[in-house]
Order: sequence, then C-alpha cells, then structure tokens
Amino acid sequence: MTGFRTLLYKEVLRFWKVSFQTIAAPVLTALLYLLIFSHVLEDHVQVYDSISYAAFLVPGLVMMSILQNAFANSSSSLIQSKVTGNIVFVLLSPISYAEFWLAYVLAAVLRGLVVGLGVLAVTLFWDTPLLVAPLWIVVFAVLGGAILGTLGIIAGVWADKYDQLAAFQNFIIVPLTFLSGVFYSIHSLPPFWQSLSHWNPVFYMIDGFRYGFFGISDVSPWLSVLVTGASFAVLAGLTLAMLKSGYKLRS
Amino acid sequence: MHPAIRINSVTKHFGATLALAGIDLEIAQGEFFGLLGPNGAGKTTLISALAGLIRVDSGSLAVMGHDVQSAYRSARRQLGVVPQELVFDPFFTVRETLRMQSGYYGIRNNAAWIDEVIESLDLGDKAAASMRTLSGGMKRRVLVAQALVHRPPVIVLDEPTAGVDVELRQTLWRFIRRLNGEGHTIVLTTHYLEEAESYCGRIAMLKQGRIVALDTTANLLRQFAVHRLRLRLAVGGELPPALRARAVEDAGCWVLSFADFAEVEVMLAQLREARCPISEINIGQPELEEAFLAVMQRDAE
Repeated sequence: MTGFRTLLYKEVLRFWKVSFQTIAAPVLTALLYLLIFSHVLEDHVQVYDSISYAAFLVPGLVMMSILQNAFANSSSSLIQSKVTGNIVFVLLSPISYAEFWLAYVLAAVLRGLVVGLGVLAVTLFWDTPLLVAPLWIVVFAVLGGAILGTLGIIAGVWADKYDQLAAFQNFIIVPLTFLSGVFYSIHSLPPFWQSLSHWNPVFYMIDGFRYGFFGISDVSPWLSVLVTGASFAVLAGLTLAMLKSGYKLRS
Repeated sequence: MHPAIRINSVTKHFGATLALAGIDLEIAQGEFFGLLGPNGAGKTTLISALAGLIRVDSGSLAVMGHDVQSAYRSARRQLGVVPQELVFDPFFTVRETLRMQSGYYGIRNNAAWIDEVIESLDLGDKAAASMRTLSGGMKRRVLVAQALVHRPPVIVLDEPTAGVDVELRQTLWRFIRRLNGEGHTIVLTTHYLEEAESYCGRIAMLKQGRIVALDTTANLLRQFAVHRLRLRLAVGGELPPALRARAVEDAGCWVLSFADFAEVEVMLAQLREARCPISEINIGQPELEEAFLAVMQRDAE
C-alpha cells in the first residue's frame, strides 16, 4: 500500500504546489459565471418557484467546477508526465495498474472537492444555500469527481500531445458539462434537447447534486445515483482494462 | 543461485521494424556487464523490456529469478534503471524526488540510505533545490540516485555518461564500482568504449536486434583486436622490404600490426639486419573500439 499512498501523495502535492493556478483560478472563473449570469438572468429566469436564480445556479456551478477540475487534474498530470518523460519513474516501480488508477482518481476527486468547496465558500456572500440532504451532496460530488477523474486518465493516457488533450476537453468534456443543466432546468428546453439531455450522464450528476441542496430536482435522485453509479462502473472497468493492457504506457 | 538476469528468446517488433530478433542472454549475479552496439541496435529496447516498460512479442525475461510479467512486482523491486533520457519532475526538490521514488517501491523511513546516496553522488548541496533549477549533470546524478533508492541488487545504466563532464564521470564510476564490489550486478550500455573496456568483465555486442558477440572483455580483445608496433625512423632511414609490405603509414610513423608478442622479436631482428635507424618506438595496447568495429563489420559481410 505504501506505493499507492506515495503516488496519491505525489499527485495531491503536485496540484497543491501550484494551487493558485489549480484552485484559485477555477474558483474565480465560477465566481465570474455567477456574477454575470445571475445579474443578467435574475429577472428573466425562474426555475423553481421557491428559489432565486442565483441560488439555483450555485449548486450547478459548484458541481461543474468539481467535474472540470477533476478531469483537469488527472489528464494534465498524465500528459505532463508523458511529455516530459517522468512517467517512467512510476512505470518502473512495482505499483500495480489498479493502484495507479485509484491514486490518480482520488487525487482528481480531492482537487475537485477543494475547488467545489472554494466556489461554495465564495458564493456564501450571495446566498446561504439550503442543505436539505447533505448525504446526496457528498455522494454526487464524489461520484462525479471520480467519473471525470477517470475520464481524465483515459484522455491523458490516450493523448500524445497537448492539443489532442485540448480537443478531448473542448469537444467532449465542456459540451457534456455545459449541456447538463448547470445554468437552467432541462424542463425549459425544447423537447428534442430535453430528451437529448437525458442521454448525458452529467445531467444526472448535477440534478442529483442539486437535489441535495433544495430537495427538488428534474428527476428522482435515485435514478440519478443509478445512472451516475453505472457510468462510473463502466468507465472504471474500461480504464482498468486499458491500463492493464499497457495501452500507450507500456507499448 | 538465480542469474541476475535471464533473457530467453525475446523478440519485439515496433510496427514493421524488428527491434529484438531473438535475444538469449544470461548475466550472473555480481557481474559488471556491458551491452554495446550502434544506435538502433536494440540496447534500450532490451532494457525497457527488462524493466517492464514495453511488452515483448515472445520469449521471457527474469530478474533474480522473477519473471518481469507474471511476477512484475518482485522483478521490479530487484531492478534499478537509470534511463538514458534526462527526465525529471519539475514540481519537486531533489530530496522529495528521492523520498517519493522510495515510496513507490514501498519503502518508508529510508532517510539514512537516501542521505548516503545523496552524499556518495555529491548531491548534498542540492538536496533542497528544485529539480528544475539543476544543471544537466546534477539531473543525471539524481537519475542515478533514483535508481538506487530501493537498493536493487541489479542496476542497469543506459548511457549514464552521455554528455557528462569528467568530474561527474569519476564520481559516478567510483560509486558504481563500489556498488559492484558490494555485490550489486551492473549492466551498462555506453558509446564510450574505453569505459566499457575498463569496467566491464563481460560484454555483449548487439546489432539489429541480435547478439553478434558475447564474451569476456579480455577474450574479445584477444580475438578481434591487434597490438601495434609503432616506429618513427630517423632521417634517411628506410624500412626493409619485408616489413614495408605489411606496414601502414600514419602521421609520419610506420604502424605494424601483430597478434602475438613473439612477432615483435622477428620484426626487430629484421630492422637490425637492415641497419634501419629508429628514432622512436612504442607498442600500443589493443582497444575495444577495434574489436567492436571488427565484430560489426564481420557481421555485415
């Protein structure tokens, strides 16, 4: 277990040492979203009767920050290690592929949670969020971070260059997170987009996460946890098989 | 006792290129072994296969009796590899780097040994420095330290002295020889053949993924390299025709190659008979470079 713990420690230390860029920057970004969208849309959008738009937006932004930063952590760490070549130090060691996966995922979840808590902390200046069902909040935050952290491993292992990773991020991760109901309820969408959103696993992560705050959501949190859990299981299985095969890492 | 390294019929393709074309090799514990060959001969591929960094197409490799695939954890604990590329993680200091490398191998509380490695490689002043601030030579020392942090019985150095100054070379070889003296098996690749000649007890020469020569350094020198008698004649001197036929002119000197020292006597006798005046004479040792070139050319024919 020492090998796994060391790799986890290294991955956490890596983002912690550059926390201005890995934690402060995404918190600021989320804050800007909140300022602009809530200012522009406050009087035009009412998603749930009892909740102001700004309050509605907060959990979505927190979750989006968790997801994007979890992805960024594992993917950027891996691509950097691959491009600079220092991944060899991990590959030479007796750390197993499952330990490798777990260490990268846990560090990604941790980075996501730290950024998420940061976003939540600064939004307290606007509105005190309700915490109707905190357990759901934790479950969706951790599962969502783990899913995106795993996707980050896939992207980081697959990409040979930074622009390939950027493409993965811009064409897969950003659309999935933006078209998931961060800024709106999918019930406000035209039917086609509404049914399309139901195929986006990120929608369930955000909807379930938001349920934890308000106790209301577009779909049942049980459905959301089922979809999120199943997505995690599938992705984790896929990633473990990929790592076990040595794809791109042990050619 | 298991051999330090056992390689059985290993082949490896990269696309259409055959990188390893059936390698069989056994290296005993405690050897100082050299792996020589031109660029692209397969040295680094073979080391990568041994370290589990690549998977071979067929055949098997074992370190201290542990198969590198089926028993990869124990195999990797037995092996320390100094990679050829100057790689480092810019986020950490030298000591952090070494502590983490130690942790990867499951070793905690390793501070005493880490200190010793740092001292032996003259890294003391730089222990708290960030990796990104180090010079190339210092980074190379850290790479060596990283490979030794888990005290592996088998140490593989892939061109450890490429682009390294004289001082570091000496520090490095002193340390490596000490480790070899303490029983560690050393496997070395290098393009500096004089290094291989002075340190390696046994040498394998690789070409296009095959071992084309495998013997003790002394035998390779005996077999492929020749001694040379080098003469500078005094003004007006002329070589007797018998010697003239076999001599090669080089920078104003005549060079006569021979395999056996008995021939020297004959040559000197011929010179004496011809009353040939000599101003300078010396006998050169055979060099591994010659043996290397001879093997590579022999194989090309």
